[in-house]
Amino acid sequence: MRIRSASVAVLTGLVVASLAIGACAPKKPPVARPLPPPPATTPEAPPPPAPPAPVAETPVVTAPPVVEDPMATRSIDELNRESPMQIVYFGYDSAEVSAEGRAALDANAAVLKKYPAWTVTIEGHCDERGTAEYNLALGERRAVAAQSYLVALGIPASRVKIVSYGKEFPFDPGHDEAAWAKNRRAHFVITGK
Amino acid sequence: MLTKRLSSFAVVSLAAGAALTARPAGLPAGAPRSPQQSEVILSISGESGARPRYAVPDFIARAADAETQAAARLMGAVLWDDLAFEREFYMVPRDTYKTIPAARSFAEIPFDRWRELGADGLVAGSVERTGPGTFRVEVRLFDVRTRRSVMAKEYSGTTANPRLYAHTAADDIHLQQRALRGAARSKLTFSSDRDGERVANAIAERDVKEIYISDYDGANQKRVTVTRKLNLFPRWAPDARAIAYTSYRRDFPDIFVSLIYQGTLENPTGGRGQNWLPAWSPDGTRLCFTSTRDGNSELYVMNRDGSNVVRLTSNPAIDTSPTWSPSGTQIAFTSDRSGSPQIYIIDADGLNLNKITAESWCDRPTWSPAPFNEIAYASRTGPGYDIRIYDLATQARRQLTGGQGSNESPAYAPNGRHVAFMSTRTGKKQIFVMGRDGLGLKQITTVGNNYTPDWSK
Repeated sequence: MRIRSASVAVLTGLVVASLAIGACAPKKPPVARPLPPPPATTPEAPPPPAPPAPVAETPVVTAPPVVEDPMATRSIDELNRESPMQIVYFGYDSAEVSAEGRAALDANAAVLKKYPAWTVTIEGHCDERGTAEYNLALGERRAVAAQSYLVALGIPASRVKIVSYGKEFPFDPGHDEAAWAKNRRAHFVITGK
Repeated sequence: MLTKRLSSFAVVSLAAGAALTARPAGLPAGAPRSPQQSEVILSISGESGARPRYAVPDFIARAADAETQAAARLMGAVLWDDLAFEREFYMVPRDTYKTIPAARSFAEIPFDRWRELGADGLVAGSVERTGPGTFRVEVRLFDVRTRRSVMAKEYSGTTANPRLYAHTAADDIHLQQRALRGAARSKLTFSSDRDGERVANAIAERDVKEIYISDYDGANQKRVTVTRKLNLFPRWAPDARAIAYTSYRRDFPDIFVSLIYQGTLENPTGGRGQNWLPAWSPDGTRLCFTSTRDGNSELYVMNRDGSNVVRLTSNPAIDTSPTWSPSGTQIAFTSDRSGSPQIYIIDADGLNLNKITAESWCDRPTWSPAPFNEIAYASRTGPGYDIRIYDLATQARRQLTGGQGSNESPAYAPNGRHVAFMSTRTGKKQIFVMGRDGLGLKQITTVGNNYTPDWSK
């Protein structure tokens, strides 16, 4: 709750700011290309002295519009809807992190380092081919594999919770290899910021 | 331990589960008194060693009101199904009874006509209203040849669940005629998404799964949990008054016990680590379960109230899906320590590990009750699974299902003669039961997806 009201305050502040800027600023940047995220808010961005040139209609506000970090302004729900966190996929009955998986986890670690207040839950999921009972443990193992990798990269374990959903929540409801490949995954959910 | 009354929990009405009051109705005059003797003399046999042929017409309604009339018809039909289920008797089809005039009292039964139909035994019943909302039901089993009543029982109870009178009479008949513990009053529990409820998750809307119960024949399906979360792998306590299951009601898997007739909820693991797949010890005093509290999926045993947690396995592989032997001295479980999930047996103190399968993928072992000594499990046989049974004495293996859809999560009936399981043979996931010989398939659920059944003990 505390976090939420804080973020509301930030949000309102930014809305005010952007309204003020609005006059000269280009249209609000389109929502989100998640990665790489734009540089964080530069607090004391030195206004370029801008002595030369056509200073015809200088605006009142401090010059270059503060580039908002869309990540910082969004609610947790919005962040999860277009998540900057990448999904890690696994092989059949395997919790081994592949090269692609490592790349995804490296990117996720970078995001978590950039936003040190964020906490995430890694959901471990399985495809439908395994049995429901065993798959709960398999999903757990996948989530742990992703968590361990992040911890090895220096992300505190306390920021990364895990939960297994076995095969209960397939991402793709299909019954072929394409669907199964999407369902064997460690899914990052942002739970706090 | 947490014990409280929660609103997120449906109390199963006592009327549905309470036992009926039974007493023997007057035995025919001159019948032998010694129960031992009477069992021998009063058992009905078939022609030259064949199974005895039984007929069960509609019960006699001793009141004109619609409820009594309907109950009398229903009890006859349900009792016929209950007796057919155990396959101890050849049940004369009910549609052949039309030509036989319905008796209005036990004295009027046209035995010669039933004999013409080939019946050796005739089960006749009567329903009497004894007050607002109460019935008295009398059930008699007649030897059609001698026209003698070989069993007579009287049951009193409420009008709420007429099927229970038939189930109780069926169990009494099986016990008296066959020394068999029938399954007619046993119950199933399973997990289902049938209500189509969804819960908004950060990622997507997701189906919730709740715990349900039903009679052994699929009647009286009732919802037990009301959490709007995932609730999986329910298991009946041996006294059939509680169900242990895995619930995500706090968004991670933990073990809960619902006392369904009291409407109370217990959480013996209390969120210490993540815990799932509880299995009751045969005496109901302990639960074996999977937990990652020490960092890896291992088996633990705790007292029912959560005290005295003992770790059973210690292996970097996955150890999960436990089931107890009927004596409570051994536990079978699933482990992938050899590479793929296979079934192992270990002593309840953690010693004497034994691998009993070497197949593609095996899971959900379920130990049969005595007198059988076998373990049913799901084995990958193609794109899906089939139910296989391993006989511990002979080490023989047999397969119950034959690749019709995927068949998983076997659970034994209390008498060991039937197995409930999940199958996708009709499309969605549904609960089915079949005999331990693979015959007598019967579909229990039809709405939504239903899985991971367990049968009361």
